[in-house]
Amino acid sequence: MKRAGIPTEEFIYSGHTACPGCGALLVARYLLKVLGKNTIMNIPACCFAAIPGTFPDTCLGIPLLYNAFETTAATASGVEAALKIKGKKEKINVVGFAGDGGTADIGIQALSGAIERGHEIIYVCYDNEAYMNTGMQTSSLTPKGATTTTNPLGKKGGWRTRNKKNMMDIVAAHDIPYAATVNPSYPMDFVKKIEKAKNTKGTSYIHAYSVCPTGWRYQPELGLELGRLATETGLFPLYEFENGRYIINYKKKTKEVLEYYKLQGRFRHLSEDFIKEVQEYIDKEWQKLLVKEECSNR
Amino acid sequence: MVKKIMTGNIAAAWGARLSRAEVIAAYPITPQTIIVEKLAQFVSDGELKAEYLHVESEHSAMAACIAASQTGARTFTATSSQGLVLMHELLHWASGARAPIVMANVNRALAPPWSVWVEHTDMMSQRDTGWIQFYAESNQEVLDTTIMCYKLCEDKDIQLPAMIGLDAFYLSHTSEIVDIPDQEKVDKFLPKFEPAYPLDVENPLSIGSLSMPHQWYPEFRYKIQEAMERVIPKLNKIEEEFYKEFGRKYTGPLELYNTEDAEVVLIISGAATGTVKETVDILRKKGIKVGVIRLRMFRPFPSDYLVKALSKISFIGVIDRSFSFGHEGAIYSEIKASLYGLNAPLIKNFIVGMGGRDITTDTITKIYENCFSCLKNNKIDIPVEWIDIKV
Ligand SMILES: Cc1ncc(C[n+]2csc(CCOP(=O)(O)OP(=O)(O)O)c2C)c(N)n1
Ligand code: SF4
Ligand SMILES: [Mg+2]
Repeated sequence: MKRAGIPTEEFIYSGHTACPGCGALLVARYLLKVLGKNTIMNIPACCFAAIPGTFPDTCLGIPLLYNAFETTAATASGVEAALKIKGKKEKINVVGFAGDGGTADIGIQALSGAIERGHEIIYVCYDNEAYMNTGMQTSSLTPKGATTTTNPLGKKGGWRTRNKKNMMDIVAAHDIPYAATVNPSYPMDFVKKIEKAKNTKGTSYIHAYSVCPTGWRYQPELGLELGRLATETGLFPLYEFENGRYIINYKKKTKEVLEYYKLQGRFRHLSEDFIKEVQEYIDKEWQKLLVKEECSNR
Repeated sequence: MVKKIMTGNIAAAWGARLSRAEVIAAYPITPQTIIVEKLAQFVSDGELKAEYLHVESEHSAMAACIAASQTGARTFTATSSQGLVLMHELLHWASGARAPIVMANVNRALAPPWSVWVEHTDMMSQRDTGWIQFYAESNQEVLDTTIMCYKLCEDKDIQLPAMIGLDAFYLSHTSEIVDIPDQEKVDKFLPKFEPAYPLDVENPLSIGSLSMPHQWYPEFRYKIQEAMERVIPKLNKIEEEFYKEFGRKYTGPLELYNTEDAEVVLIISGAATGTVKETVDILRKKGIKVGVIRLRMFRPFPSDYLVKALSKISFIGVIDRSFSFGHEGAIYSEIKASLYGLNAPLIKNFIVGMGGRDITTDTITKIYENCFSCLKNNKIDIPVEWIDIKV
């Protein structure tokens, strides 16, 4: 059954151990609502590895297979291959569900391999923009200006000076059949994209915006608002890469980066000049995305 | 049954084919490449029905095998040296996951300096990963052990992975006559793989989740050891069945050659055993009482079997084709530990054939001579001696 386009069935039950307001949980919740019961989920070391509960308990209504930190895509490949040879793949979704560190850093080789081989898996990166499980260290998806425990503020100002890696472009460069960004603040868009991933022949990649009140230092109840701001500022644009074409799903880039940055403790130290620099970069990236959409649809 | 001339690599591929491996994930490395090429050929010729994954590293090969095994497929991979040690993290994972993967490892030295030739350090350094370890002497043994390993590893009482070592070039690239067992007979011998706890959407389990100190972690580890303790008795039974079905006899974790009345016994593993046996024959003709024990299995370590086999021996020379830096050869350490507290004979360690340096009958004759001279003086000259070293 669906309500406002969102399936009503739940696969995450009570008893999870996530922090209040955790975005990862919300990402998994919408994901499983769409994928349903016939889903096997692979989880590496990350916050989400601790969330469903300790052995033998689980608060998820689907089978989970935990895997080594950097092996999510290889593990999902193995599950998919086994299901195929057993003639069971048709009805089962194989999902890799990893953090930004497990995806963009240590797991990028395995991910590249799996996409290149064309396994029928849905790889979801829930991007909370740092290694949260180990206490908020910098990953290659930590945004410019953020402080983390390995980019501590310090006397000389030690915040991160590099911009986020563009994972969507990286997977697009693999000629992946389907990739999309999703944001739980836009549930209908989210659900529609997981539906597409489910029906994709070959690998699909989902890059999910995933708030983390603990690591980003803001009040948990602000999560959905932050999500909307992330998209409305163009920091986290909603778009798809489907059969070689970029499609932007939400074009109202109406807000300033500052509005988003000022709500979070991890950006509190930044000067207005610095944030202006970020704004310029984001504006450029947005322009690039518009061009990518235009060129790829010609 | 067909007899064919084949290398150890081809024998390993045939072992996987006859065992009907369902998922193969592998990455090429000299001198293992021919195993994965041959398997790819079997699959593309339709002679083996399997999913073949061209993974991007050995690390992913092992990860995919573990996952496929936990999903319920029989899995095979092959590697060597750098590839094996790259897998290290996942070797621990495989045994923790109780995934009965069978892997051929072509024993090769580790870099630097680069060397593609035989040495056992690659596998010896994986001894604590919870894998059953075999070291083969012949290509026939490679093929037969692969089939037997599936039966052993998939047994409900065991559920552990196994690696079969075959010496670089001496086995991997050397041709011998090998009996290829009939497929129907193998099918009869080796039942279908039925994992105890497969991933199943009808029975959703959470496999491999966190365990706090007061919960179940120590019990999971303890159960791996319990299974290890069942391996040798189970192997003995499987070898008996194998003998009945295929007519080839294997002798459990050890192979004894002229040890019954021997004064000096060498202990060795791998293909160089053949050279030692030949030396034994030469020396025996001269009336010198020598013998050799081949260690077929390094994990679980067959302490009881060795203690029994060595009970009447005056002098033991342990040949290690590997080294634990800062200490001594790994087999030597294990044998000394096994004999501790018993009325142990004199025992000396010889480090021989590192990086593929040839082990000849001359080398072995000199080693036996050295053993006899130590025995005569009732004193070990150098407890751990590197043989044929130019410095
Ligand atoms: C090989 C290896 N290196 C390091 C770790 C430690 N580790 C566990 S989780 C983690 C961070 C995970 O970060 P991310 O993937 O972003 O997920 P998050 O915890 O942020 O949800 C690290 C570094 C590990 N488990 N394995
Ligand atoms: S630290 Fe962040 S990502 Fe991890 S459980 Fe808490 S809110 Fe979720
Ligand atoms: Mg993270």
